[in-house]
Amino acid sequence: MSIKLPIYLDYQSTTPIDPRVIDIMLTTMQNDFGNPHSRSHSYGWRAEELVEIARNQVAKLINANEKEIFFTSGATESNNIAIKGVANFYKSNQENHIITVATEHKCVINSCRDLEQEGFKITFLPVQKNGLIDLNQLREAITKQTALVSVMAINNEIGVIQPLAEIGKICRENQVFFHTDCAQAFGKIPLDVEAMNIDLMSISGHKIYGPKGIGALFVRRKPRVRIKPLFSGGGQERGIRSGTVPTALAVGLGKASEIALQEMHQDLQKVTKLSQKLALAISNLTHTYLNGDSQNRYPGNLNFSFAGIEGESMIMAIKDLAVSSGSACTSASLEPSYVLYALGVGADLAHTSIRFGLGRFTTEEEIDFAINLITSKVQKLRNMSPLWDMIQKGIDLNSIKWQSH
Amino acid sequence: MSYSKKLLDHYENPRNVGALNDQAKNVGTGLVGAPACGDVMQLQIEVDEKSQKIIDAKFKTFGCGSAIASSSLATEWLIGKNLDNAYQITNKEIAAELSLPPVKIHCSLLAEEAIQAAIADYKKKNISDSSKEQEETEESDSNKNS
Repeated sequence: MSIKLPIYLDYQSTTPIDPRVIDIMLTTMQNDFGNPHSRSHSYGWRAEELVEIARNQVAKLINANEKEIFFTSGATESNNIAIKGVANFYKSNQENHIITVATEHKCVINSCRDLEQEGFKITFLPVQKNGLIDLNQLREAITKQTALVSVMAINNEIGVIQPLAEIGKICRENQVFFHTDCAQAFGKIPLDVEAMNIDLMSISGHKIYGPKGIGALFVRRKPRVRIKPLFSGGGQERGIRSGTVPTALAVGLGKASEIALQEMHQDLQKVTKLSQKLALAISNLTHTYLNGDSQNRYPGNLNFSFAGIEGESMIMAIKDLAVSSGSACTSASLEPSYVLYALGVGADLAHTSIRFGLGRFTTEEEIDFAINLITSKVQKLRNMSPLWDMIQKGIDLNSIKWQSH
Repeated sequence: MSYSKKLLDHYENPRNVGALNDQAKNVGTGLVGAPACGDVMQLQIEVDEKSQKIIDAKFKTFGCGSAIASSSLATEWLIGKNLDNAYQITNKEIAAELSLPPVKIHCSLLAEEAIQAAIADYKKKNISDSSKEQEETEESDSNKNS
């Protein structure tokens, strides 16, 4: 079998759409263009029926009721609605404190920063070296003013899984709402809003082989979580998210959820096997470091630092692999990854990090190809790295007085 | 990042990768940058003592594609130049030759600094000699006069 280059190993940024999802979306676009909110004719009724089927498919995957699922444009919007919506609704109750984590996605961090500007108090919990929060620190951070705790499930950069069930338990005991950004977790690992005491959950379509431009927010009904909507409009989605629900996109997310429910176990098994093979090969290169906890992680995300090799030059060298880097040089900001920084990874190693993302369509041939390419290029780049010479000679890089800029 | 053909050529086929004997008297070594900043350049020159010409140059670089290409280009330009001319190489010339994107200009600056550091190292190693020589000449001159 021939391999298509570059090999796609960036499943955290987005996933290819499953052909089964495309099929049903095409049919919907061709046949069911009606506005799902039109109540006066069959075009509208048919579209509404399709949207409700999709809502049910999404709900099933997390053991929720379909009335608790609200379609949005994606996880960024869901996170904004959840955090700002809860904060603004409950602030009248003197609850003006939100707890989140330093390694959250930018849309969570920046939603909280915006609220901070408006006078809310925000606690950004640190993470341990393995990327996981310390539950005792969470317990201690909760006060009578705390309205919401927002902790992501799987970290997008390093793949670690936060202990959702334990966090949910602590939140419930303290009568604080628990929101979790599950953009990377929904459809990938088992999630249960009842067992995990989750009150709000953000969901993305394009991370689970569905279309871009659709996501969902789970909002618990019992005990009821109330939200001040961000959008003013026609009151669709029970007033939580005004705007016409895009039928075909919702149908796509529904189908992707249905497939995930059926195939999650199989996907996870395959990804685990391929991930282990790749991780072993990279570890054998020596002076490579897996970022984040080695046990509590989603295997489809391997974030490695390669000592002595800067991330961007690594990406250029392995250009037959579509991967992403925590190095500053691949971004406009020139700051290395804030997630790795939060883990205490030194700036020198943060500059050398590469994220390999595996998923449903990754094959063993592709991983074998990747291993060969990585092995040869790491050797080439280390041979031209002055830092690698020093590491080989046993010189501690921190002992050298560098001329920083 | 979209890079020019010249830059990609220097990145994929870097010239003069390696190291010279930094203990040798006629070798100057420049090590600039910092791992925490994401780029470290080691640039070395071997100087013909009589003609003051650079007869060889080598580099090793930890850094992005632009940093590697900038140092590769620098070594290419250095070989054959005398020290004074080598010192005149500016980051602007390097950036222009490789069409560096604005966000990568600092890579060419680092190359300029590496060149200057290597020359400075060579001069430092040889300063006692040259001043000695100078003294000797002065001495002989004064002897002649007397």
